[in-house]
Amino acid sequence: MLDVRLYMAQRISALVMAPLVIGHIAVMIYAVQGGLTTAEILGRTQGSLLWFVFYGLFVLAVSVHAAIGLRVIAGEWFGWRGLPLTLFSCAVFILMLLLGARAVMAVTFS
Amino acid sequence: MSVDENSKNLEVSVWRGDASGGEYSHYTVPSYSNQTVLDVVSWIQQHCDATLTYRFACRVGMCGSCAMTVNGEPRWTCRTHVNKVIKGDKLTVAPLRNLPVIKDLAADMDPFFEKWVKAKGVHEPSASRHDPMVAVDPQSPQRMAASEGIECINCAVCYSACDTVAANPDYLGPAALQRAWTLVNDEKNKDANSVLDAVSQTGGCHSCHSHGSCTAYCPAELNPMKAVAGLKRTTAFKFLGKRR
Ligand code: SF4
Ligand code: SF4
Ligand code: FES
Repeated sequence: MLDVRLYMAQRISALVMAPLVIGHIAVMIYAVQGGLTTAEILGRTQGSLLWFVFYGLFVLAVSVHAAIGLRVIAGEWFGWRGLPLTLFSCAVFILMLLLGARAVMAVTFS
Repeated sequence: MSVDENSKNLEVSVWRGDASGGEYSHYTVPSYSNQTVLDVVSWIQQHCDATLTYRFACRVGMCGSCAMTVNGEPRWTCRTHVNKVIKGDKLTVAPLRNLPVIKDLAADMDPFFEKWVKAKGVHEPSASRHDPMVAVDPQSPQRMAASEGIECINCAVCYSACDTVAANPDYLGPAALQRAWTLVNDEKNKDANSVLDAVSQTGGCHSCHSHGSCTAYCPAELNPMKAVAGLKRTTAFKFLGKRR
């Protein structure tokens, strides 16, 4: 299921996610102090290039990581191989990327 | 061998069949002290059914031919004492998992050894007899890494214990990869890079989930999981080095 390239893509995406997860949780804890409102969140994220890059990178890393992880599970549990397995991995990657990108755009633009 | 004072019997279920299927047959075998699982199987073949097929050679844990599944776990049967693995008075003996069955307890080892070759686990000399001998420092870290794996007896116990092999028939498995790691670290082997490339393909070392069943069950007390981790580390650095 994995050759060295996919293995490295999964390790590197994990490496990218680690600090982003910590940053995400830290900001969550900071943000909920004294109540949480939509306006407060959007006030921080809208029009912010920093948060666009932060969550954009996050979504990209998650999409890569999850697509490869699910590829291994699909291969081992359902015995998928070759083209069907590659199509499945690509579909997961694109779906997660689209959903994530939509969310990132929604909170950083408009 | 002396008969136990209370001369108990063992209730032994032995898998009988071939590649097309089979079922367990049941035998009652007298219990002796210091009796190995291989002794039990041999007793059945000698006293109950001469057609029972199984494999052994050395009976002292050297040749690696006697491995079977005993009470659900892979074991070298010539060195496995019945009293260590018995559950009540019941013993179940089956062929090794993850390999095709030839007949009864004899598993077909071909896929196991084909994967050794696929992992480039074949020694290719770096020099001929006309060249001067390469000096090998037994204390060098590289040589020590190679030496850790050389006592493998090719018994396929680790291969049978590995859940990743069970889930992914393409996976080369712990023994072949440990052999590859040994050769990567052997200065007398010609081309470490070609070994690293061989184990970087689909089904290579990166499919290992580090469960450690291989290391837990290896009767020679080797550590194939550590060898596979060594391959993962080395191939990862090689990958980064290439693109730098
Ligand atoms: S550590 Fe790797 S090789 Fe060993 S049993 Fe687990 S998956 Fe198989
Ligand atoms: S590594 Fe251990 S369990 Fe695996 S084939 Fe070699 S001796 Fe047997
Ligand atoms: S018979 Fe040789 S290892 Fe068991």
